[in-house]
Amino acid sequence: MSNATLVSTTVNGDPVQFACPTDESLMTALRNRVGLTGVKEGCGTGDCGACSVTLDGSLVCSCLVLGVEAEGREVTTVEGLSEGGELHVLQQKFIDHAALQCGICTPGFLVAAKSLLDRNPNPDETEIRYALAGNLCRCTGYDKIVHAVQAAAKEIRGKDKRSKKRR
Amino acid sequence: MNGTMQVSLSSTFQLTDGPGSTVEVQAETIAEMMASLTDRYPSFQQLLDRGVAVSIDGQIFRDDWTQPIPSGAEVFLIPRIEGG
Amino acid sequence: MGHDQKYVDKKYEVVGERFNRPDGIDKVTGKARYGADASAPGQLVGRVLRSPHAHAQILKINTAKAEKLPGVKSVVTFEDMPDLTGGDQGLADILENCMARGRALYDGHAVAAVAAVDEQTAAQALKLIDVKYKKLPHVTDVDEAMLESAPVIHDRIITRGVEPAPTKPSNISARTQMGYGDVDAGFAEADVIIEKTYKTEQTHQGYIEPHACLASVNPDGSAELWVTTQGHFVFRNVCASLLGLDIAKLKVTSSEIGGGFGGKTHVWGEPVALALSRKANRPVKLVMGRDEVFRGTGPTSSTSIDVKMGAKKDGTITAAVAELRYQGGAFPGNWAMLACMTAFACYDIKNNKSIGWDVVVNRPKVAAYRAPSAPMAAFAVESTIDVLAKAIGMKPIDVRLKNVAREGTIAPYGPTYGPIGIEHTLKAVKDHPHMRAKLKKNQGRGVACGFWFNIGGQTCTDLNIGVDGTVNLTLGTVDVGGSRSSMAMIAAEELGIPYEQVRANIADTTSLGHNDMTEGSRGTFSSGMATVFAARDAIGVLKERAAKMWGVPVDDVVWENGQAVATGEGHGNLPPLSLKEIAAKSGRTGGPIAGHNEVVADGAGMGFASHICDVEVDPETGRSTIVRYTVVQDAGKAINPDYVEGQFQGGATQGIGWALNEEYIYGDDGRLQNPGFLDYRIPVCSDLPFIDTKILEVPNPLHPYGVRGVGETSIVPPLAAVGNAIANAAGVRMTHAPMSPPRVLAAIDERDNAG
Repeated sequence: MSNATLVSTTVNGDPVQFACPTDESLMTALRNRVGLTGVKEGCGTGDCGACSVTLDGSLVCSCLVLGVEAEGREVTTVEGLSEGGELHVLQQKFIDHAALQCGICTPGFLVAAKSLLDRNPNPDETEIRYALAGNLCRCTGYDKIVHAVQAAAKEIRGKDKRSKKRR
Repeated sequence: MNGTMQVSLSSTFQLTDGPGSTVEVQAETIAEMMASLTDRYPSFQQLLDRGVAVSIDGQIFRDDWTQPIPSGAEVFLIPRIEGG
Repeated sequence: MGHDQKYVDKKYEVVGERFNRPDGIDKVTGKARYGADASAPGQLVGRVLRSPHAHAQILKINTAKAEKLPGVKSVVTFEDMPDLTGGDQGLADILENCMARGRALYDGHAVAAVAAVDEQTAAQALKLIDVKYKKLPHVTDVDEAMLESAPVIHDRIITRGVEPAPTKPSNISARTQMGYGDVDAGFAEADVIIEKTYKTEQTHQGYIEPHACLASVNPDGSAELWVTTQGHFVFRNVCASLLGLDIAKLKVTSSEIGGGFGGKTHVWGEPVALALSRKANRPVKLVMGRDEVFRGTGPTSSTSIDVKMGAKKDGTITAAVAELRYQGGAFPGNWAMLACMTAFACYDIKNNKSIGWDVVVNRPKVAAYRAPSAPMAAFAVESTIDVLAKAIGMKPIDVRLKNVAREGTIAPYGPTYGPIGIEHTLKAVKDHPHMRAKLKKNQGRGVACGFWFNIGGQTCTDLNIGVDGTVNLTLGTVDVGGSRSSMAMIAAEELGIPYEQVRANIADTTSLGHNDMTEGSRGTFSSGMATVFAARDAIGVLKERAAKMWGVPVDDVVWENGQAVATGEGHGNLPPLSLKEIAAKSGRTGGPIAGHNEVVADGAGMGFASHICDVEVDPETGRSTIVRYTVVQDAGKAINPDYVEGQFQGGATQGIGWALNEEYIYGDDGRLQNPGFLDYRIPVCSDLPFIDTKILEVPNPLHPYGVRGVGETSIVPPLAAVGNAIANAAGVRMTHAPMSPPRVLAAIDERDNAG
């Protein structure tokens, strides 16, 4: 490997180290060096969103970020969504609402949807559609995806209300 | 007579040594019908190689040549269809 | 086998409900493994070198420098892939399409490949391969390719279906004619005649997952292939033929598939990966880049279609003629012939004629794309019907109903229809609340119909009952969109047990007999049928075991609600035995309990649909926005309505993309200018509203549950539904798809300047 650089970063809350060429994308580094194949390559040029991850909390296409740029930062992938063995509400709603058919775009959508709900817990249909416009799906026509996100948002708001009440 | 049928050929099938667009065949199953046609009209083998499906009373059969053909059924040979 | 495939009306316990799919958790957590997600020790990275020319003689390929580069383990050209096809032209075309043999036939045609220790070395090796090309004249447009002056691509092509046969080769591989009646007499009877010409541009299936495989060949000719595919058994057979391997020694495992729609029913990189692996004696992982997918796999045809239709004032269509010109890419195909079969299939027209021209051009070899050839023909015919309706002053939906095909109508390709659902869908559309939704300024509504055959094919299924009474259902048809849940539901229904007790998986090629591909809308129909029969097979065994356990004749045992029940004299006090109880004792009553079925599922029934589309056209930009969309389709029987709706919505969306934005753009140099998702613009989430669906169920008489295929029909109506909506919204009749903003704007300007 030419121009190998050692990168120390945090992925899904865990400290991770890998070596990659300086011109290798974060997407390729995550898939091939860290072994997180939940990050998918659909186009390699930032047009499809299948490789979506968050970098220090911001939603990015990991194919447009260099592996070396992850140094000292926090990366979250679809593999980091479930907590303590339980599916995240979004993951459960995607299954319940049949919001996936082939499933290849699903990891990217889940990361993008979580990023949306973290910023805006009560998005309307248009806000959801525009927030997810960077993720391509060829199977579903997006209908059940939007329903799943709406259902997840509603449940999360309900939980937050309930957890707030308990204080 | 039992097992005698009129087999119609789609207009895309031209048998160079054949009788035209309808043929009378003695057969009880698709396999027997195909065998009979190939025996009588050697050019029919070329059609088979290109791909043929059989419509029996409107239902299309592509693969199951053991399918029996009820007497009096409308039998049509059409091009083999692929999907996507 | 002795199983009856006739439809039997019954009340369902499990089928028809909306169960969660068993593979859902893997897919939402990133655990599911697709084509590019497998690795093998010592694997090499495979990359393909592709022609940058639309048509060129390959004078010389010098691979010496590439082979010497440290880290390169094998380099292949066509010389490493000898022609073993034995005169089978179809197979020879596939071989040549996978690797050029002396001539590059399209921009993106594979000319060589390398396998190296890493991505960087492989990329460098490609640059070191020196190919000497001699450019040849090219042609990429279907109409231009038919002219006398066009460069002839294959000397061997003499047009089939023309009397007398031509004496010179051309790019027209075949002429097809179908129909019946006397169209001249029919036109003479007509009060109004409409004649129009349409053009549709080339589109790609657009699956988000690029082609990918991991190939490993051993010196003894045994091999393994992990691949994203719609049919691992067919891939096995084709790869074995092309490489001279024994079928039983080539184990093919299908990964999860990230979309196919017909585009993963053919091999491209797989034989090349096997050849690279064989030469290097190491596993080779070959993954296509997105630009390679567009340039080097199998998009659908671009077309040019003339339609002439005549009608009486009362709406009866007296004659219809279509002439359909379809390009199949660089090798002959049957696409125009298929179009002839579908063009007028929704209607009962006493005098109809369809003429199809199959043409070759310097573009990638066309592959099937969801109801292949039908959407373009429907665009032309369904648009013309609206123009006809306007000319006689009748509602378009009423013209369709007046001429609709029914049981007893003769199909344009010859046979008489059995029970079909097109009239049901049109009536459902007419009554649908969507038709009464208020339209605002610049908005218009369009309706269109569509049809697809659906096929059956060879299927093989195993059902194994564990000692705890849970069931493994082993399938051979690849699950493209959630069919695992439907199959498990069918098995549960037959056995009379809860859905959760059945687990469905897809087996590799060494574990089951041949299964045809998941295409032609056959997945649920055929695997479902095999599952029904495998379950009934297992029930036979369960009854025998119960009989043994009780010591009664097996004829006195019936299977009801998941239990063996002893009937007849003297057995009334025997409590029923559940599947769990029988399974628990299976070790001592004869061993593992299983059911098996091989069936050639045929008689798949036809799928008809009608769509309603509301569009808003911006008169200043020509941009069309879908405001409302409804799909009404006959599914025969919806096993899991969630997934049937999903097919309706997905197919409609692909059709909408085709109608509004998607097209292959070729330059004068014959090169594809937009091989990426930025400029090949498929619909995104913000382009669409919710897509309403209505599932009709006109049972298919040749399936035990009445199932019809559903996957493909929904892509057929949208082009015309959108076109008809735009005509009503903006007052312009679009005849060139996609009806992108510049085209619509030009039409609006033309109308404004003329009027």
